[in-house]
Amino acid sequence: SRPTVFIQRDYSSGTICKFQTKFPSELESRLDKQQFEETIQTLNNLYAEAEKLGGKSYLEGCLACLTAYTIFLCMETHYEKVLKKIARYIKDQNEKIYAPRGLLLTDPIERGLRVVEITIFEDRSIGSGR
Amino acid sequence: MKNCEYQQIDPRALSVSPSSAQNHTEKKAQRPRRKWEVFPGKNRFFCDGRIILARQSGVLPLTLGLIVVTCGLFFAFDCPFLVEHLTVFIPVIGGVLFVFVVISLLRTSFTDPGILPRATPDEAADIEKQIDTSGSSTYRPPPRTKEILINQQVVKLKYCFTCKMFRPPRTSHCSLCDNCVERFDHHCPWVGNCVGKRNYRFFYSFIISLSFLTSFIFGCVITHITLLIDDMVMLSCLDSSLCTVVELVICFFSIWSILGLSGFHTYLVASNLTTNEDIKGSWSSKRGAEDSGNPYSYNSIMTNCCVTLCGPMPPSLIDRRGLLPPDEATPAASASDIELPLFAAKNDTHMVG
Repeated sequence: SRPTVFIQRDYSSGTICKFQTKFPSELESRLDKQQFEETIQTLNNLYAEAEKLGGKSYLEGCLACLTAYTIFLCMETHYEKVLKKIARYIKDQNEKIYAPRGLLLTDPIERGLRVVEITIFEDRSIGSGR
Repeated sequence: MKNCEYQQIDPRALSVSPSSAQNHTEKKAQRPRRKWEVFPGKNRFFCDGRIILARQSGVLPLTLGLIVVTCGLFFAFDCPFLVEHLTVFIPVIGGVLFVFVVISLLRTSFTDPGILPRATPDEAADIEKQIDTSGSSTYRPPPRTKEILINQQVVKLKYCFTCKMFRPPRTSHCSLCDNCVERFDHHCPWVGNCVGKRNYRFFYSFIISLSFLTSFIFGCVITHITLLIDDMVMLSCLDSSLCTVVELVICFFSIWSILGLSGFHTYLVASNLTTNEDIKGSWSSKRGAEDSGNPYSYNSIMTNCCVTLCGPMPPSLIDRRGLLPPDEATPAASASDIELPLFAAKNDTHMVG
């Protein structure tokens, strides 16, 4: 299987979804540190938007409670909307930045929001394929 | 010869299906499998993965039965009497509460509580590399922990051997369901499911509405009996008053536990704690009542309540209804590779035989 880098969660601010912005050494030859940090930071901001507490989310919560939570069966939650946005952003980043450098970002939702998985494709014949 | 030809067809069909482009028709014939069918935890799934339950849902029918029977008796025997003597709103309120209770109960039981999917083999290998394993790996090494800082407070993260990952804060592994659940509160046998991040608000609304329902029925039953005694009618309609007495007994015994549970969970919600943390005493107050040391608390009752009950609804992380990727078919390909020599050998024996 291909070499993979896993960006772990950053729990320093609590249980909100946030990933570490530390630049992994395995990517040094492929990617700019700044590019990487920008990607992760944007992801973190998007997740913060999904989990944001505020008037709108409270309204959604109260409305759901009043309808005995049946409203979730037909309406898409705010979180789900932002997850779609995140999926589009990751696809966009893959097309523009990561694929040209032989890397692939996996959407964290496919890994239970635990890690951002970056697969390294060895098209530069640096090492032997496994 | 007929036998040989028939056997030769099978391995080719096996090796062709995962890789070729015509596997679309093959797949339709094979019915693509969904992820819930290969879920590793001890859960049961219904409606093609839409509904999830713990494996032992033992007492849920009892809970439902008790609620339905008590309300049924209430509507059948108390309501006609009370509608005459008091007001028509009594069955209306009762009906609304009953519907709310049942919906909350079913939402609590059938919702994914916040199960974390297990780590993929690549992830597990990566974590193993990062841990300093100086001891031998032939038996389970001592529990691995990782210390992190949350809001300037030290919190220990434990490694889960079943799910092969470091549990996020407030996550606990439920042994009954064999899953790591986020913001694990407790495994409720009455509800037949774990109570965690995603269904805590349903559980809370269930016990609160059940408290109201039980108190309401209790009050109506007391009123009914009082009015009957006033009319001295009790002795003549013994069977209907017997049902009333049955309701009275059920309500009396359940009301204390339900009210107690509601009170306890209201305290937990207001201080942003889980039952698990409270029982373990994870954040025992060191500096006094104000600063209980809970790093997740917003130190405001209103905020804590809003966050726990009206916060954004997180999505299910286990993707029950997703289709399994075609990669799952490659084991079949390797199996058929192994089978081919066997078939070749069989061919030989047939040719010989």
